[in-house]
Amino acid sequence: MNWEAFWLTIRLAAIVSALLVVIGVPVAYWIAYSRWRWKFLIESLVALPIVLPPTVLGFYVLLALGSRSPLGRWWESLTGHTLAFTFEGLVIGSLIYSLPFAVQPFAASFGAVDPKLLRASASLGQSPLRTFWRVVLPLSKSGLVTGFALSFAHTLGEFGVVLMVGGNIPGVTRTISIDIYDQVQAAQYSGANLTAAVLLLLSFAALSIVYGINRRPWAVGPGQ
Amino acid sequence: MKTVSPIDSAASAPSELVVRIRKRFLNSGGSFILNAHFRAPAGFTILFGASGAGKTTLLDCVAGLSDPEEGRVAIGGEALYDSDRKRNVAAWQRRIGYVFQNLALFPHLTAEENVAYGLHATGPAERQARTGDILQTLRIEHVRDRQPAQISGGERQRVALARALVTEPRALLLDEPLAALDRPTKSRILADLRQWNQKHRVPILYVTHSTEEVFALGDEVIVLDAGRIVTQGRPHDVMRAPRLETVAQLSGFENVFDATVAALHEDRGTMACRVGADGVELETPLVRAEVGSRLRVGIRAGDLLLATESPRGLSARNVVPGTIRALQQRDVIVSAFVDCGGTEFEVHLTLAAREALELAPEKKVWLVVKTHSCHLMSE
Repeated sequence: MNWEAFWLTIRLAAIVSALLVVIGVPVAYWIAYSRWRWKFLIESLVALPIVLPPTVLGFYVLLALGSRSPLGRWWESLTGHTLAFTFEGLVIGSLIYSLPFAVQPFAASFGAVDPKLLRASASLGQSPLRTFWRVVLPLSKSGLVTGFALSFAHTLGEFGVVLMVGGNIPGVTRTISIDIYDQVQAAQYSGANLTAAVLLLLSFAALSIVYGINRRPWAVGPGQ
Repeated sequence: MKTVSPIDSAASAPSELVVRIRKRFLNSGGSFILNAHFRAPAGFTILFGASGAGKTTLLDCVAGLSDPEEGRVAIGGEALYDSDRKRNVAAWQRRIGYVFQNLALFPHLTAEENVAYGLHATGPAERQARTGDILQTLRIEHVRDRQPAQISGGERQRVALARALVTEPRALLLDEPLAALDRPTKSRILADLRQWNQKHRVPILYVTHSTEEVFALGDEVIVLDAGRIVTQGRPHDVMRAPRLETVAQLSGFENVFDATVAALHEDRGTMACRVGADGVELETPLVRAEVGSRLRVGIRAGDLLLATESPRGLSARNVVPGTIRALQQRDVIVSAFVDCGGTEFEVHLTLAAREALELAPEKKVWLVVKTHSCHLMSE
């Protein structure tokens, strides 16, 4: 068992899923409430990583992070080294890769909050932002947990994007899934078996949290 | 084309709500234009009409939850919406309380948290005091720690009302707030609401499609139909449905007499009817009738009281002297037939009452008839 790769992966998944709550909530808010007619284009863009081959996504992310892109140059002038093949670069790639797994449950749960409650909140003198904070977010708990757990689990197991963007640098960008690949390449099946089992259990645990939470959604009794 | 109505130019009373709204709206019957123009002073103004008449659309426009196409909404002279001046104050800045038909209580908050919801800007001590006061006034202190799903329909209604009242709104919009409640609960809540408004004196727009509630609330009523104000005024002047009973409804009555309308008292909602040949005069509820028109009056035998001395200090408006002609016992009910100046009334009594009053033929008695025990039917 490669503990270095294990903890690196956990750290990556935790950072990415935490950042995705911060980034995903405003994006999901906009998707849930905007009446812009071209909104569907943004929704498609957010969902793109679900269907795109990780290598294609990874390729474009790599280009965007490279020293020829504005982002890459800006990062280089700031830190003195490139984004590509670093842990930070890996975080950025994973954010994009896992974005829909956070945004979609968030947006779905925001959209499921009864609009009557939003009207009631407005009539009680609460601004849209306060209404979001006091009514929409608390009633979207299960969606928030779902988005967090799904993006965590998804980041945990990503392979293609990591390989394209991060390379395979031990302690920096070598995650568990790449470690498994390496072990299989080196014919170390028992090691691969153990690591794969750990990944399997972790993913199962994350999904169990999701389904466990959604088993009893915030229900409102009849006549409400 | 715009017309300036005298209503716009007249000075507003401090708390008066002035509404002039034009808006297209949809209901099951198709598309209608809501075209309403009225002023609501402090106190109840009832919006009456069938479902789909545009009542809720009207309230939404006043609350700022829906935008009219044209018009003006102002409270105490301050414009909340004015299409001419391109002014449209956001709903959350209007300070207008709204109790929705479906209540829309926050399911994740307790009753107390629901009530305190609109008070976030007030300090914690004052917030607690005001919340406590209103919970007490509306008698829902005992459910303060429970969530909406765990309390009864009447309690939920009170929580919704408390939540709107506690913010001390400049006007109150009530969209059939009591529709789902039984009658005693309804009248208790209405009494509490009246009490609250005696202190606060704000305009209350009260939407209902129940005739009974219109009469119970009195005050001013505006009748809406397909988006238009059909008529407005006091309930007795305005309500199209005369409260005349049908033949079938009167068929079970023991006492049915021909009567002539002797006088109308519109201010009191009553009228005087002369019954029978020699004219016993009874005060009855007011219906659409004219002096001299002929009606039939029905009174249930069980609704009549007998006294053996001339009663004083009664709320009942009709006390008629008479003589007992006959007593008949049927099982445990005694029918007394009382002659009042040539008109014979049948009165139902218990056996105990007959004994206690020592009733017997030829005994002199007084017949007591409540105004609303007199049911009227056209001839």
